[in-house]
Amino acid sequence: MSDERLSVLKTYKLYVGGKFPRSESGRVYEVTDSTGKWLANAPLSSRKDARDAVVAARKAFGGWSGATAYNRGQVLYRVAEMLEGRREQFVREVADAEGLPRAEAVAVVDATIDRWVWYAGWTDKIAQVVGGGNPVAGPFFNLSSPEPMGVVAVVAPQESSFLGLVSVLAPVIATGNTAVVAASEKSPLPALSLAEVLATSDVPGGVVNVLSGRTAEIAAPLAAHQDVNAIDLAGADEALAKELEIAAADNLKRVLRPQAVDYSGTPGTERMTAFLETKTVWHPTGALGAAGSSY
Amino acid sequence: MPTSAPTAQALADVTASDSTLRRFLHGLPGVDTVGLEARAASLGTRSIKTTAKAYAIDLAISMVDLTTLEGADTPGKVRALGAKAVHPDPTDRTTPAAAAVCVYPDMVAVAKEAVAGSGVKVASVATAFPAGRAALDVKLADVREAVAAGADEIDMVIDRGAFLAGKYSKVYDEIVAVKETCGARARLKVIFETGELSTYDNIRRASWLGMLAGADFIKTSTGKVAVNATPANTLLMLEAVRDFRAQTGVQVGVKPAGGIRTSKDAVKFLVLVNETAGADWLDNHWFRFGASSLLNDLLMQRQKLATGRYSGPDYVTVD
Repeated sequence: MSDERLSVLKTYKLYVGGKFPRSESGRVYEVTDSTGKWLANAPLSSRKDARDAVVAARKAFGGWSGATAYNRGQVLYRVAEMLEGRREQFVREVADAEGLPRAEAVAVVDATIDRWVWYAGWTDKIAQVVGGGNPVAGPFFNLSSPEPMGVVAVVAPQESSFLGLVSVLAPVIATGNTAVVAASEKSPLPALSLAEVLATSDVPGGVVNVLSGRTAEIAAPLAAHQDVNAIDLAGADEALAKELEIAAADNLKRVLRPQAVDYSGTPGTERMTAFLETKTVWHPTGALGAAGSSY
Repeated sequence: MPTSAPTAQALADVTASDSTLRRFLHGLPGVDTVGLEARAASLGTRSIKTTAKAYAIDLAISMVDLTTLEGADTPGKVRALGAKAVHPDPTDRTTPAAAAVCVYPDMVAVAKEAVAGSGVKVASVATAFPAGRAALDVKLADVREAVAAGADEIDMVIDRGAFLAGKYSKVYDEIVAVKETCGARARLKVIFETGELSTYDNIRRASWLGMLAGADFIKTSTGKVAVNATPANTLLMLEAVRDFRAQTGVQVGVKPAGGIRTSKDAVKFLVLVNETAGADWLDNHWFRFGASSLLNDLLMQRQKLATGRYSGPDYVTVD
């Protein structure tokens, strides 16, 4: 008997509604590293996979947006904890995907884990920053509070396949939206592995759905979909972004246009506020007492 | 089916007494469970696309018995349902109307008014729906009230207790009595509650019993138990109506009800109908879907075919 072990190759799958299906179309495509060496086959999603993912995301929206901000923060922090445990795997995958030397890949993975912690902390603080009481000329409390928009389609950055992905995904779900992610076309493996982490970190099924494949093929039905509320075009090139923005106009989707971003910098709150709506309520303060004011 | 095909006259003899009825029903060949389920599953894999899909969706919409059978039904809800049955998609008037609205007897008058002049029928459940546990005169009074209020169709439940206890003639007599009460004014749908009949053999027997007693439609279930319409039990009932027509010349309709929620499911059922009973049944006079949420999914699919964009629940009515 030989001492050599047969290698166990990993079947990368999509992540839709908390499950790991293959593409409905049955197709896969070859994923290579930066030098052209074969790494794995990834599912080549079809528009029906995109449709199924939107259904899953819509179903998850009520529970996720209704969870307390504190609870969402705990769940996102849990994602960071789980990632920490699989650090080595992600270092390898990021190094392969982006052609980085090990030391740089380690730095990218560390920055990515820190990014989850950063957004985990923001879940119950963003409301104080962008909401609050408004002074009005009448006996009313007037309160503005930020609300998640709903289902957000995320076209993940093409080059920064892990740090970039998390930098656009985490702010979307931190505020209570649910997401359908089109992973980097060239390097989808870190995104598909991230899905495995999400599945084991208390993130309810359907809150994040990850599709791999041709960006244009997945993003087009998402942009035109009547049940998607917003789209982040971070990973779309100029021509595709224009096309998607036109398709998205039909149901007045909110569109976040692609922009040059250095994902290693401090993110700020812009990506969170991009997918929030402001709800303002007026509430009577009650009868004014003889002294003039009751509050 | 029965190997020595009896004539219509022979079938009249069948119902002569309790023992002949029992002998006939127990003489029906046993159902090949594995074969039945495999056949239903394999027909479910047919790919129906583009124009055929558009045709199937419009046909399915025209076959929907839009149903509300809740304790919380209000006249307002029934009126809204009636309006939806008449114009399922108000933004697209080419959408066909639904076949009927299906309500409790006390809501028939309201429903009748809501669909007046549209050709949409009003179906009423009756006979102590859904359990059917009441005295015969109570059940008949229930039916009379619904018919008097203007119901075009009566959905009765059989006495499953009597059926399972083997008192076939009691079940038979009840269906006959209800049919008489319906008279010429209302078509009678007989609900077997297949989820409570335990075996496929029983579903086959119930189908024949219902048809012998004069049912215009045989219907799978009430929608109130765990297992409702499945492709397999509907296929079995379609075989029964096909064989019944072959032997007696009388065509009987089929209505699967409960648990059919997606367009994909509905199209699968239409394939079953076409492949089993034949194209004669592809008409809302002979085939219906008892459903409520199915209609919204059909409408969303219809919008998708018309516009090329996936639609969403924001673009159909909430019922």
